[in-house]
Amino acid sequence: MEHTTPILSARNVHICFNLRGRVLHAIRGIDLDIQQGEVLAIVGESGSGKSVFTKSFMGLLDANGAITEGAIDYFGADDGKPIRLSGLKKEKDWLRVRGHEIAMIMQDPMTSLNPLKTIGDQIAEAVQLHQHLKGRAAREKAVEYLRDVGIADPERRFKQYPHEFSGGMRQRVVIAIAVACNPQILICDEPTTALDVTIQAQILELLKDLRVKYNLTVVLITHDLGVVANIADRVAVMYAGDIVEIGTADEIYYDPRHPYTWALLSSMPQMGVKGEDLFNIQGTPPNLFAEIHGDAFAPRNPQALKIDFVKQPPYFEVTPTHKAKTWLLDPRAPKIEPPAVVRRLREEGM
Amino acid sequence: MPETERNTDREVLVQVKDLEVTYGSGRRKYRAVSHANFEIYRGETFGLVGESGSGKTTIGRAIMRIIPTSGGEILYKGQKINGRISKALDRQVIKEIQMIFQDPQSSLNERAKVSYIVGEGLMNVRPDLTAAQREEKVRQALLDVGLLPEFASRFPHEFSGGQRQRIGIARALIVEPEFIIADEPISALDMSIRAQVLNLLRHLQQQRGITYLFIAHDLSVMRYISDRIAVIHKGDIVELADAGELTGHPIHPYTRSLLSAIPMPSPRRERGKKLLVYDPAIHHYDADPPAWRELRPRHWVLCNEAEAAAWLRDAADTGSH
Repeated sequence: MEHTTPILSARNVHICFNLRGRVLHAIRGIDLDIQQGEVLAIVGESGSGKSVFTKSFMGLLDANGAITEGAIDYFGADDGKPIRLSGLKKEKDWLRVRGHEIAMIMQDPMTSLNPLKTIGDQIAEAVQLHQHLKGRAAREKAVEYLRDVGIADPERRFKQYPHEFSGGMRQRVVIAIAVACNPQILICDEPTTALDVTIQAQILELLKDLRVKYNLTVVLITHDLGVVANIADRVAVMYAGDIVEIGTADEIYYDPRHPYTWALLSSMPQMGVKGEDLFNIQGTPPNLFAEIHGDAFAPRNPQALKIDFVKQPPYFEVTPTHKAKTWLLDPRAPKIEPPAVVRRLREEGM
Repeated sequence: MPETERNTDREVLVQVKDLEVTYGSGRRKYRAVSHANFEIYRGETFGLVGESGSGKTTIGRAIMRIIPTSGGEILYKGQKINGRISKALDRQVIKEIQMIFQDPQSSLNERAKVSYIVGEGLMNVRPDLTAAQREEKVRQALLDVGLLPEFASRFPHEFSGGQRQRIGIARALIVEPEFIIADEPISALDMSIRAQVLNLLRHLQQQRGITYLFIAHDLSVMRYISDRIAVIHKGDIVELADAGELTGHPIHPYTRSLLSAIPMPSPRRERGKKLLVYDPAIHHYDADPPAWRELRPRHWVLCNEAEAAAWLRDAADTGSH
C-alpha cells in the first residue's frame, strides 16, 4: 500500500499542562505525518500521551493545556488550503474542523450518547449540521447510516433510546454519528476496550468496511498491540510523550527495534507460554513534571546502554518507512538480542 | 455431567451441582444460570469464560454467598454452602473463600487508609489478634504482593491502577484463604500491568497452593493462566476441558467463535483470519434436547446427538489453531 500525501502533519509538537503552578510536559516533540487514507495505530500505556496528542488535533485539550511549541497542519480541507490547527484559537474556527474534517469516537459508548434523545435524532442532528439536509431527507440519511454500521431493522431502532441498545450496538451508533459528520479523519480512542472480545472483532471489521466506503483516514488509539494487528497499515509506539518507534504493521510486529516495543510485545498474554512468567516491564513511566535526560525508557530497560542515560537518541532509519529512537540502532552500539517472543514473531514474519 | 471417578487422584475443593440462579420473581423472573455443573480441584486454576450477560459473574457470586441460589447445590470441601448453613460453617467459608474484583478504582473504600482496607477482614476472622499483630500482618501482606509496607498509611487515590489491584489482592490474601474467586481481575488494567498481576497471581498459587476460580471474557488470557476452562453462554455451560485441549480442539461453535475473535499480534495471521459468528438459532433443541457428552477424553460439550457427530466432523476438518 502506497500512501504519499499527508493529510495531517505534526512538526516538533510540544504540549504542556499547567497544574497548580507546576508544568507537566505531556508531549515532547512529536513529528508525525498521517497519510491520506491510511489506518494509523497509536499504541502506548496510560499516561503516554496518546489521547492528549490526538485531542490537540481537534482543540479538545483541557483549559490548562496548550501546544507550546511546534505546528500541526491539516491538508484535507475542501478548498485545498491548509489549516494550521495549532494556531486556531477561537471556538468558531474549531467548529469548521470538528466533525466536518476530523471526528472522534471515545472509549465508552455508555457515556458518549445522550440518554434523553432517540438514537435517530442524535444521528440526524449530525446529518443536519454537517450535510445540510433537513427533515425527512436527514432522517432517511440517518437510517442509511444505521444500516451501514450493521444495525438490523434500522427503521425501528431509529426511534429507540440508548438504554435499549447493548454496548456493542451503542458503539456502532457512536460510529454512525461520527461518520454522519462526513469527516476526512476518524480518530478512535480505544474504541473496543470496554467491549467483549467477539464484539471487539466485529467493531474492527466494521471500521475496516467504513474506511473503504467513506474513504476515511483512521487513527486508532489503543494500549493493546494485539488489537490493531488486523487493521493497522502503520503503527506508532508512544512512550512518555514521544513516538519512539513507527513503521508499517509488518515492520513493527515482525522486526521491532525499540526495547519498549519489545517489552510491549513480550508482555502480551496471547504470547505467554503456560507455566512461565510473562515478561513484565519493571518500574513506572517517568515523571513528566521533571526534565527527562537521555532515553525516557532507559530506567526501566534492564539492558540500557550507558549513553541512554545521557543523551536522547535521535530517529535511526531502519527502512524508509521504519524508524526508531534507540541507540541500539547506532552502528557503534553492542549487539543486543531481542527477547524470545520477538524472535518467535520474527520467524513468523519470514 | 463430568464424573469424578476419573480424577480420584485429585481432591475436589468446590463442586457445583445443577446450580440455578434466578433474578426477580413472577413474570419478571429471569434465569441467569441454569443447571451449571462443574468441579474445581484443589490447587488448580479453573477458568470461566463468557461474554457479558452470560452468568459467569453470577456463578462466582453465588459461590461467594453474595446472591442466593434458586436451585442446585454448591459444595465446598463436601459441605453444602448455599442456602441456609450453620454459623460455624459460614465463618469457615468467609475465611477460606475470598474474592478479587474487576475494577480497582471502585472496589477500594476511598475514605479508608490502606491499612484498614487490607486489615479489615482480620477483625472478623481473627478477633484474637491485637492491633500490633494485625499491623504486622498487613505489612507482610503488602510485601507479599510487591508493595512497600509504608503504603499502609496512605489512601487509595495515591496509587496507580496496578498498585490498587495489588491492594485488592493483599486484602484477599491476608485471611489466608484456600480458594480465591478472581472476577475479571485484569480487564481494567493496562497491558503492561496485566502481566505483573498475572505473574503475581501465579506465584502466589505456587507458594501457597491457592485454588482460583478465574472469571474473564478473554480466552487468550485464560489459555495462559487456567488449567481447565469452562465456556458459558447465556447461563448454560456449553463446553469444559483442559485449557490446552479446549483451545486446541474446540468443538462447540460458541467456543470456536470466541477463539476466532482473539486478536493476535501478527498482521499476517490476522489478515488471513476468519471471524466465526455464533448464532444460537442453529440449535434445534425443542425436538432433541441437549445433554453433556464427553466427545473427546475429558472434554465435555453440551449438545444433542446429531450435533455431536456434525461438530466432531467439523473440528476434524478445520483442525486445531
